[in-house]
Amino acid sequence: MASPRTYLLLLIALLVACFGVAAHLEPEFQAWRGSRSTGDIFNIALGDSRRMFANSFYVKADEYYHSGYYPSIFDDRTAFQTAHMAADTGAVNSKNHGDEHGFLGPVRNWIDGFGRHFFPDRHTHLDAGGPADDLSGSQNVREILPWLKLSADLDPDNAQTYTVTAYWLRERMNNVTEADAVLHEGLRNCPGSYDILFELGRLYYESYHDRDRARNVWEEGVRQWLNLDPDMATQRRPVDQMVADWLNRPLNLVKAQKDNQLVLEQLTTHLGKLEEEEDHLPQAIQWFQAGQRVSETPDVIQKRIDGLNFKLGQKFHPLLKPLF
Amino acid sequence: MKNIFAVAGVVIKELYRRKDFYVLFIVTILICLVMASINIYDDANIVRYLKEVSLDLIWICSLVVAVTTTARQIPAERENRTLLPLLAKPLTRTQLILGKFLGCWLACGMALLCFYVFFGALAASREHEHWPLLNYFQAAVMHWFMLGIIVALSLLGSLVFAAPSSNSTICAVIIGGILFVGRHLDQQALALREPTRAIVNALYFTIPHLEFYDLRDLVIHNWPLIAWKYIGLALLYAAGYMAVFLLGACLVFRRKAVN
Repeated sequence: MASPRTYLLLLIALLVACFGVAAHLEPEFQAWRGSRSTGDIFNIALGDSRRMFANSFYVKADEYYHSGYYPSIFDDRTAFQTAHMAADTGAVNSKNHGDEHGFLGPVRNWIDGFGRHFFPDRHTHLDAGGPADDLSGSQNVREILPWLKLSADLDPDNAQTYTVTAYWLRERMNNVTEADAVLHEGLRNCPGSYDILFELGRLYYESYHDRDRARNVWEEGVRQWLNLDPDMATQRRPVDQMVADWLNRPLNLVKAQKDNQLVLEQLTTHLGKLEEEEDHLPQAIQWFQAGQRVSETPDVIQKRIDGLNFKLGQKFHPLLKPLF
Repeated sequence: MKNIFAVAGVVIKELYRRKDFYVLFIVTILICLVMASINIYDDANIVRYLKEVSLDLIWICSLVVAVTTTARQIPAERENRTLLPLLAKPLTRTQLILGKFLGCWLACGMALLCFYVFFGALAASREHEHWPLLNYFQAAVMHWFMLGIIVALSLLGSLVFAAPSSNSTICAVIIGGILFVGRHLDQQALALREPTRAIVNALYFTIPHLEFYDLRDLVIHNWPLIAWKYIGLALLYAAGYMAVFLLGACLVFRRKAVN
């Protein structure tokens, strides 16, 4: 039988060994890319599957935007491929077609017809008053925010979640401070996102009336969009030079650019409008020309360019005004 | 009737002596309070997510209470050897079944009352100007009648299946299936070939459509009241299915050995 002293010494030896192994492993564990010790709770619990949950919560937010009137996996979803709450921000390309009011189709039988009395059966949007059709209740759009927040927490790399959240916070809740914070958090998680930069510029321009900061972030957004093309991303140049260069090239968009033409149109037309207001007409024309290249309605932008050219002509050749 | 109420009274006493309901109720309250304490962009008026979480928990808890309470009624009497002495009294087998059903259904109703009072208080704490009590009443009554169908189904299952656990599992699968895909079975049948199509169609018209009684979306999103005539028809529909399942239970129990 060993003495208690032996056990004590063995215990001390084991503790020392444990401490030594821990001290040896700790730096390696911290440097290990698979370590879960520094991740957030969702990352630890769900791993990469959190993106799937994030998407379902994003859809849930759109379901709330429709006050529960939303197609299930068994219904015709062609009119709901792009979330309406995102399409209504004006910064997202809508892929929706089909009848958004009647995805349920005609009544199939008496059970189907009777059952329709017991769930939402009318297409409404929360920002337009929801089921009550009361426009004064458009602030109820706040109800989509918890799901958007959860979606952003689960998938911090999805820029659209931040832009949609910020848009509704700013437009309907008049909560510009929170919208600003959401967009900056988005920029931290998705650095260089042109979607977030566009929304941030709108916030500076429309809510803070700060044209200089709006111009800076919009120009940065255009730069990031042009940089999607590896040929354009080779040199660091002023953005107006990049745009002039891009306008002189034949239009050859990479896939990511083709999928996001609307945001460039929005960025450039907003910049054009801003420059026009500041009477920088040549710059405004250049921005509108850039927007025209990717626009689905180039004729409308051409009319605007013609108007600016006319104003520019009057400015520099006032004597050429028509005499009648 | 007196015998039926006597049996029902015993079942109700059993529910409030057991801890299942209290545990579920307290867990529901705790989860809802934690959810309510979350700060969402500094806006204290956001309520619908809270109503949804609360109603989801109420539905889950009420289904658990209904199925588990009912599924163990007859097997427990048999296991404790109290079934034979019970039937030795002036009590018919039909009265026993009806008493057990009524007791379980009323017990579920009492549990629902507690849950919906809590739900109303929770919603009112955020929606100061909007108190749709009639909407809550419609939702609670429809929910209760749906539980009536489930109680009758579980009671029938407890006489057919060997153990309460298997009965509870099978009932849960059937209820979940009806709630999730019941409404769309006829659409799915169109994509199938005969004779599967005919079978699925027959199933669609035969099953009790429990989804009628799910008014959660209407309550959460403040939709207007449902016309009372449709509520009345839905309650009649539920009463019909309760009668069918109870009749089945009485017929099975009449031929069943009690020892």
